Amino acid sequence: MAEGILVIIENNGEQVNRLAWEALTGAQTFAAEVGQPVYAAVPGKSVASLAEEVAGKKLDKVYVLEDDKLQNYTPDGYTAALKQLIDSVQPAYVFFGHSYQVRDYAPKLATVCERPMLSDVIGYRMENGKPVFVRQMFSGKFSADFTFEGEAPYFVSFQAGTFNADELQDGKADVETFSLDLSGVEIRTEVLDIFQGVKKEVDLSKAEVIVSAGRGLKEKDNLKLVFDLAEALGGEVAASRPVCDDGWLPVDRQIGSSGQTVAPKLYLAVGISGAIQHVVGMKGSKYIVAINKDPHAPIFEIADVGVVADLFEVVPELTKAIKEAKAA
Amino acid sequence: MKIAILLKQVPVKDAQLKVNGDGTWIDESDVTFEINESDHYGLEEALRLKEKHGGEVVVVSMGPERTKEAIKQALAKGADRAIYINDDGVRSADPVINAKILAAALKPENFDLVLSGLQSDDLGHGQTGVIVAELLGMAHATIVMETDVKDGKIKVKRELESGWFQYVEIPLPAMLTIQSGLNQIRYATIKGIMAAKRKEIKEVTPADLGLDAAELQSPGVKLHKMYVPVKTKETVILEGDPKEIVSQLVEKLKNEAKVI
Ligand SMILES: Cc1cc2nc3c(=O)[nH]c(=O)nc-3n(C[C@H](O)[C@H](O)[C@H](O)COP(=O)(O)OP(=O)(O)OC[C@H]3O[C@@H](n4cnc5c(N)ncnc54)[C@H](O)[C@@H]3O)c2cc1C
Ligand SMILES: Nc1ncnc2c1ncn2[C@@H]1O[C@H](COP(=O)(O)O)[C@@H](O)[C@H]1O
Repeated sequence: MAEGILVIIENNGEQVNRLAWEALTGAQTFAAEVGQPVYAAVPGKSVASLAEEVAGKKLDKVYVLEDDKLQNYTPDGYTAALKQLIDSVQPAYVFFGHSYQVRDYAPKLATVCERPMLSDVIGYRMENGKPVFVRQMFSGKFSADFTFEGEAPYFVSFQAGTFNADELQDGKADVETFSLDLSGVEIRTEVLDIFQGVKKEVDLSKAEVIVSAGRGLKEKDNLKLVFDLAEALGGEVAASRPVCDDGWLPVDRQIGSSGQTVAPKLYLAVGISGAIQHVVGMKGSKYIVAINKDPHAPIFEIADVGVVADLFEVVPELTKAIKEAKAA
Repeated sequence: MKIAILLKQVPVKDAQLKVNGDGTWIDESDVTFEINESDHYGLEEALRLKEKHGGEVVVVSMGPERTKEAIKQALAKGADRAIYINDDGVRSADPVINAKILAAALKPENFDLVLSGLQSDDLGHGQTGVIVAELLGMAHATIVMETDVKDGKIKVKRELESGWFQYVEIPLPAMLTIQSGLNQIRYATIKGIMAAKRKEIKEVTPADLGLDAAELQSPGVKLHKMYVPVKTKETVILEGDPKEIVSQLVEKLKNEAKVI
């Protein structure tokens, strides 16, 4: 019978991805509740020392998956290797961190195993001994309860921050080299080049005050409202992705999973809905103010102060009032 | 080049949504819909690839009757024809079921390239394109920010985390999931809107595609209940008169955030 929680340890050959540590933390708690062992899989070319590091955590076994074909990550290589391990170990659950790499191959892996996957899960709870997994829907406007039906294994990827990797428990696990046979596996992806995008002109991580513009501003010309407000506060202007996609602001001002991560004293979000990919880049801010006309906008869930109003009415007033307060 | 774009219709970004009676979806009355954002960029990329390499762009879209509006919009922008899958009676929150139906519609067409959005704004699985690729035996690349087709291959720029990118090359036929922002989306012209009226929208049901009804009715994942998220933080809500809001907010910026 399928048993155990297999955690896939994403790494770049040198370091374990933080999201994988989070998934392992989740697996430790989950395992205690369902009374099952935890396994980890470390794929790569020479990952023995990473596997040792993982083995220092509380879990039952670490599998090393080494092959020349796993030197560079490719969906074909990873899918084939992990399929072989899953067929052999027969875990009940396969856990991942919801990283870009996992987005790229995990649905394929689940499909070749003829099983479904729940992606971007933000938590779980037990109901009558069965786990109910929670996901966001409609860009964070709602949460939804999902269960797996049918047979294991069940594939689950967890959103960044679902579990706190600082709570990872130490232990001592056996390390086993799993014998892979990738000789017949064709790797169709040729990896050409990995590089860092345009050099950042602004380092928003140093700003104490950030006023961030969202699509609620409607058009480029209206950005003046946030520039004026930022000036009054002596802060920098940042933005959500669509604002940069549309070319209203350069991408080095983008906050979020594909932009910068900031934690200023004040983050003032103007016309931003609060999609998780934005929130991960700013939720560490000391004080968050959100201005949004939709009382149900997800940004209000993480704001200290939520202003439910039309930004076109409030922002100019606010700029004026701040200038007056400063002059006083 | 024969290109398919998987296009989904979703509620407009700033729609104020309510959960429906049985708590499994939104109440769709009074909701306006639009083309899913990343699919819109995918459509634009498909049109640009066609303009460069010739061929045709086929919209493949599944959903209730309203979906045809999104299809017509895509045709008006320059897509050549559409396959519309009416999913009445099989609508599911299971990404595998949806991917199976889409793959069944794509398969007989033998596309050189299938594009999809990276993620739907409603279900948000971020899985459909990758599953479709696997079901069709195609190589794939996700979170694509740039495309370049030559010699039976496609070179793409993939977005990675924290400002990193990657170039990879895969053989055609291939499947790509498109990230928003990789191009600038065009508007439909009056001429395009007129021309769209004569373009084919082939309507099919999952049964027409030869799919087993029993299989489509037994999902691997099941959505039980949708609800407004539980707040994790004590948020002070200010609403009402803008002047009053502003004076309260300034006090807070002074005394709590300490930035004034
Ligand atoms: C892989 C991936 C990576 C991503 N990376 C990022 C990233 O790094 N950064 C990022 O920001 N996004 C990112 N996104 C996109 C993200 O999912 C959201 O689509 C995006 O953050 C939405 O931006 P927004 O809030 O400005 O726009 P919307 O979601 O359209 O929200 C606009 C808001 O403005 C409000 N509004 C409208 N008019 C007014 C008015 N007059 N007054 C007050 N409020 C008003 C609306 O109520 C709405 O809440 C990524 C997505 C994916 C899938
Ligand atoms: N019903 C559908 N009709 C057409 N395309 C779809 C449908 N559902 C999903 N897709 C495509 O798959 C992408 C990812 O969807 P999802 O896996 O739900 O996040 C979307 O951006 C669309 O391009």
